[in-house]
Amino acid sequence: MTITRRHMLLLLPAAAVAWKYVLAGTPEASPNYKLSEHWWGMLIDLPNCIGCGNCVRACQAENDVPDGYFRTWVERYHVSDFDIENPHVDSPDGGLHGFPPSKEVGGKNFFVPKLCNHCADSPCTQVCPVGATFISPDGVVLVDKKYCLGCRYCVQACPYGCRFIHPKTKTAEKCTLCYHRITKGLTTACCESCPTGARQLADLKDPNDPIHEFLKTHSVQILKPNMATHAKVFYNDLDGSVR
Amino acid sequence: MHVFKDAGHLFRLAAVFVAGGLAFVGARAFLVPKSFGQYGHYRGDAIADIAARPLNYAGHQACEDCHTGVLEKKKTGKHVHVNCEACHGPLANHAADPASVQPPKLDTAVLCVRCHEANIAKPKSFPQVASTDHSTGLPCDTCHQPHSPAITGETTTGGSK
Amino acid sequence: MVPCAKPLCEIVRCDKENVTVMSGVEGFMYPNEVELQWSVLIVLYPFLTGLVAGAFILASLERVFQVQAVKPTYRLALLTALAFLLVAPLPLQLHLGHPERSYEMYLTPHRTSAMAMFGFVYLWYLMAVLVFEIWLDYRRDIVLLSQSTTGWKRLLYRVMTLGSSNIGEHALKVDERVGWLVTVIGIPSAFLLHGYVGFIFGSVKANPWWSTPLMPVVFLFSAMVSGIAAVMLIYMLMRWSRKQTIDMPCVDTVASYLFYTFIIDFSLEMLDLIHRIYESDESFRSLDFMVHTKLYMSHIVVQIMLGTVTPIALLALTQVVKLGEMARKRIYALAGCLTLIGIFAMRWNVVIGGQLFSKSFLGYTTYKMGLITREGLLVAIALTILPFVILWVLVKLLPPWPEKHDALRQSS
Repeated sequence: MTITRRHMLLLLPAAAVAWKYVLAGTPEASPNYKLSEHWWGMLIDLPNCIGCGNCVRACQAENDVPDGYFRTWVERYHVSDFDIENPHVDSPDGGLHGFPPSKEVGGKNFFVPKLCNHCADSPCTQVCPVGATFISPDGVVLVDKKYCLGCRYCVQACPYGCRFIHPKTKTAEKCTLCYHRITKGLTTACCESCPTGARQLADLKDPNDPIHEFLKTHSVQILKPNMATHAKVFYNDLDGSVR
Repeated sequence: MHVFKDAGHLFRLAAVFVAGGLAFVGARAFLVPKSFGQYGHYRGDAIADIAARPLNYAGHQACEDCHTGVLEKKKTGKHVHVNCEACHGPLANHAADPASVQPPKLDTAVLCVRCHEANIAKPKSFPQVASTDHSTGLPCDTCHQPHSPAITGETTTGGSK
Repeated sequence: MVPCAKPLCEIVRCDKENVTVMSGVEGFMYPNEVELQWSVLIVLYPFLTGLVAGAFILASLERVFQVQAVKPTYRLALLTALAFLLVAPLPLQLHLGHPERSYEMYLTPHRTSAMAMFGFVYLWYLMAVLVFEIWLDYRRDIVLLSQSTTGWKRLLYRVMTLGSSNIGEHALKVDERVGWLVTVIGIPSAFLLHGYVGFIFGSVKANPWWSTPLMPVVFLFSAMVSGIAAVMLIYMLMRWSRKQTIDMPCVDTVASYLFYTFIIDFSLEMLDLIHRIYESDESFRSLDFMVHTKLYMSHIVVQIMLGTVTPIALLALTQVVKLGEMARKRIYALAGCLTLIGIFAMRWNVVIGGQLFSKSFLGYTTYKMGLITREGLLVAIALTILPFVILWVLVKLLPPWPEKHDALRQSS
């Protein structure tokens, strides 16, 4: 079938309209965003966390997180005296509504926000049978919910408990580091709403990112380093009792 | 070739297996998504799908473009680094169409204690009060202006109803 | 139990008062851990594939290792393996969030994932080992039946002959040689079919209850135990229900293999336990507490006492003391049933047990098994019964009884 001028007159306007929608979904919609120029992580500055729960609420609002499941949550620790190995921990509703007054007295008390660590060597992407979860070229571990089978193997394999199965889509879900925001030059919803700067997005490939200086001048850890996941969420002043 | 004599049935079975294998290869050619393998062992289009999610939080830059007065006020106080939506909630739809979407009015009696209610797990240096003792039930903006909360002598225009 | 500074029970008890709404939770769990991910269907799956592997190994004893005594169970073992293998993918499909996408495992298998291998290992074992071997062994009967039956059965048998009616002596000799080769390949294939299931659990470093190099080996040996016990029971049951004689030398030999395999299986599990208690790493106190409380019934009572120690003791008795035929039959039946219950309990304790404790080692949750849901108890029971229904059909189509073969051969 030969394409006549008449066909072109009909097709071109439709294509032009459609193209706008095609582009809107691509990273090229933020035309300056190049995948290879970024390597995302996060800094959690624990001495600044006040357990307000803003981050949990913001994440839920930004990402339509279903009730009872958490892409991020905050834990409260009570460590009595020298008993580092037996902390009392609670996380009422993940910290969604903040924390009620502590029942314990004395000891050491602090908050620890948690989220997906976007591990460079993630055990969850290793076990996915079909390639529905992966680490993007810019360092964010994501789930392709159109491809996920819902086998739950990745949920089992995550040492940090940050994954869950969405009750409606029946696919795996977790923190995406607000990928739809960071690719447009914005910060994540949790960092945006954190009032004290306890959570800060970090681009490890950006030489101007303050994380580099911070990592050099502070005592920084990752969660469960023995798992060798090469987590990219760095905790400043992480206590030894934190699980 | 006497080993192949009387083995006709085996060749038939082998043919069934080969046919099955070819059918599989054929089906694979058009069932595997086109963008699969573009960046790694996953559907390359998934990255675009995920990046195309709509925003609910506008980000403080969007607020500051219009609300310059509030920005200046904030710079005089301790809340300078508290982003607008940390208190006002997600307002991307207001930033996109300011006239038709009005942000809800905040109730300081509920809002402020989320951060400032005293708790032993909060850092000692963080300003926190036992609200019942501190304000005897009055809403916080009776005395404090949220955008620059230090009490300087001038009071606010009154608490929220 | 290792003495500790503060008993875990005390911590869990105080945290019970401290923690909020999450029902069935004691102590602290990461918020997303409260709900179990893998249900009773995932307990059933390794149980079913275990029976397949075990039944096949029993069949291979005759074919490859020339243990003539177990010949009466040869064909039945193969049919049993097939019946269970056909049902095995069903619990997996029912458990998936998107079963309609399961073909993706064939299209884009992720080579670093043990689970991705499932599709191919299953298909290989089903077609290139089990169906192939059954076809080769039954081919003569299939050809004869395709000539002697009528109606839809005739068509079915004719399809199964693949159009070849050559059952001359040389052709059958060829079948014999090829069948031997298939069985030889089949043994490591059976190890792979069930070993990889053990590896799926054993390779998860995030879960200390699962993560051990022993896991594939323990799964394999417990599979062999369950498969041998199942075939022994099915054989005895079918012969009894048809009022035919039970070949006692056969059953005695099968029971002795069950006994020896059980000893190995028990030793492996004890090795794992002793190792854990001795090393007493960070997970030990939490796991130990879990075994003594939440898993007490299923682990200590059902799996160990009833399901392992008792059958081993009963079988040991038959090996050591000369007992009459009736007594031996009863002991074998009892030991076989207890064995199957015990091996199911082992799968339960691994799968469910591995999800009852928090990865923070500070708390526990509860498994809430549904009744009529897609992954509930009724479905599990139905899936356990289904293989027997399929086996009944297979036995009707491809009779495994020696008397039936002779009658068929006489009439040809």
